[in-house]
Amino acid sequence: MAQYLLSVYQPTGGEPPAPEALNVIMVNLGKLQQEMKDAGAWVFSGGLEAPETATVLQATGSLRPDGTLSSDEVLLTDGPFIEAKEYLGGFTIIEADDLDEALRWGRRTAATIGLPIEVRPFFRVES
Amino acid sequence: MLIRQCGDVDLAEECAQDAFAAAVERWPSDGVPPSPAGWLITTARNRAIDRLRRESTRDARQRAAALLDPGLPEEVGIVTDDRLRLIFTCCHPALAPAARVALTLRLLGGLTTPEIARAFLVSEATMAARITRAKKKISAARIPYRVPREADLPDRLRGVLAVIYLVFNEGYTALDRSELGAEAVRLGRLLVELMPDEPEARGLLALMLLAEARRPARTDAGGSLVRIGEQDRSAWDAELVAEGHALVRQCLRRGQPGPYQVQAAIAAVHSDGPSPDWTQIKQLYDQLLTMTPTPVVALNRAVAVAEVSGPASALELVNGLALDGYYLFHAVRADLLRRLGRPSEALDAYASALTLTSNPAEQEFLRGRIHQCAREAKPMA
Repeated sequence: MAQYLLSVYQPTGGEPPAPEALNVIMVNLGKLQQEMKDAGAWVFSGGLEAPETATVLQATGSLRPDGTLSSDEVLLTDGPFIEAKEYLGGFTIIEADDLDEALRWGRRTAATIGLPIEVRPFFRVES
Repeated sequence: MLIRQCGDVDLAEECAQDAFAAAVERWPSDGVPPSPAGWLITTARNRAIDRLRRESTRDARQRAAALLDPGLPEEVGIVTDDRLRLIFTCCHPALAPAARVALTLRLLGGLTTPEIARAFLVSEATMAARITRAKKKISAARIPYRVPREADLPDRLRGVLAVIYLVFNEGYTALDRSELGAEAVRLGRLLVELMPDEPEARGLLALMLLAEARRPARTDAGGSLVRIGEQDRSAWDAELVAEGHALVRQCLRRGQPGPYQVQAAIAAVHSDGPSPDWTQIKQLYDQLLTMTPTPVVALNRAVAVAEVSGPASALELVNGLALDGYYLFHAVRADLLRRLGRPSEALDAYASALTLTSNPAEQEFLRGRIHQCAREAKPMA
């Protein structure tokens, strides 16, 4: 089994769907997630607050050859790390045998909420 | 099969090459083994085990080596099935179209990276990067090495057929790259053998064979393109024509027409009898246009309309098409204008076509027509 991240991309400043429509989407999404759980595919999922609510922490030191940083000072800035037209609006982590299975869940997620879904494998750590 | 067992496209490919090299070395002296394919598989698998053991500095490698079971039966049948799996893996929709073509040629066609790079007019480094990236995605994202489920098959088969046809066209348009045409035909034959119940696979093979049959007559001694109507039919490869016709008949019996089958039927009508039946060709284009309503198909249909109802009605159809950047659009328009006795307009259209093709044979043909129109356009003294 491998883990995949299904990211939901949302346009910045786009008009959200009307409350009734949003309600239908949320109900359908809930059903899809239940299916994922029943299939043993679901690991975790969540929606994210707007990008303005993000805070970025950045180490100021440069990397030394021994893998340590030259300074442990960390800079704090308001807002998201990347300003973009689309941003990460939420995500689901699933377990799947292969990409085809992950794409099947991703396809259904895209068809349920109507937003682009990026399917990306997690780096596999051999244990 | 090696890919499935190794879980690593590169390793499997290297070991398969090792096995072929060993075969070339040993078979001439030892004789060809009773099951050549089985011998190759066993040899390649043993090489893979050796290499994994040698490199097993990490636990994971050791486990991978343990997974390779040397006791598997040596069945030739499995080999066939594995090539089918490999075709579908190379043509997975999650890979970029250009990468699908490159990977198919590399892993199924056995073409080297420099050969593929030359064929597609990109640098070796670009092609190598493209192939490496595709292989990395296959392994990291776990693109499965298998024929898709029944429900996904029609979609995925379309992609596979498109890749093979793209390879063929690449070799067909560029006249000096006949090896790509031969490779596409070989892949087409393989697909028909592997999926005998897919009429579209058969249709594609028929289409490629009928086009390939005309290759010897496509250029004249001066290297200029010769259009199908003016080709020397005795130069066509009669064997390929016959094989293409037989395949088209098999498709017709199935009665499940698809775009490749209809295009093959058109090619068959073109090579049937001393001159083509344009009414039938036009009817086939009508059918093709309902299946694939693209401007390019509409353009080809207009060529048939010109033969059936005259150039004036065809020109009306052509003028409405949004194909300004396509050289054949201008070439067809030019031809119709020429036939309607409007040489100066034809000349402009041929000139537009000339700026849009880099193929020397096509350029030579267009230059010839431009000279002809220029002579005709001269006001009578």
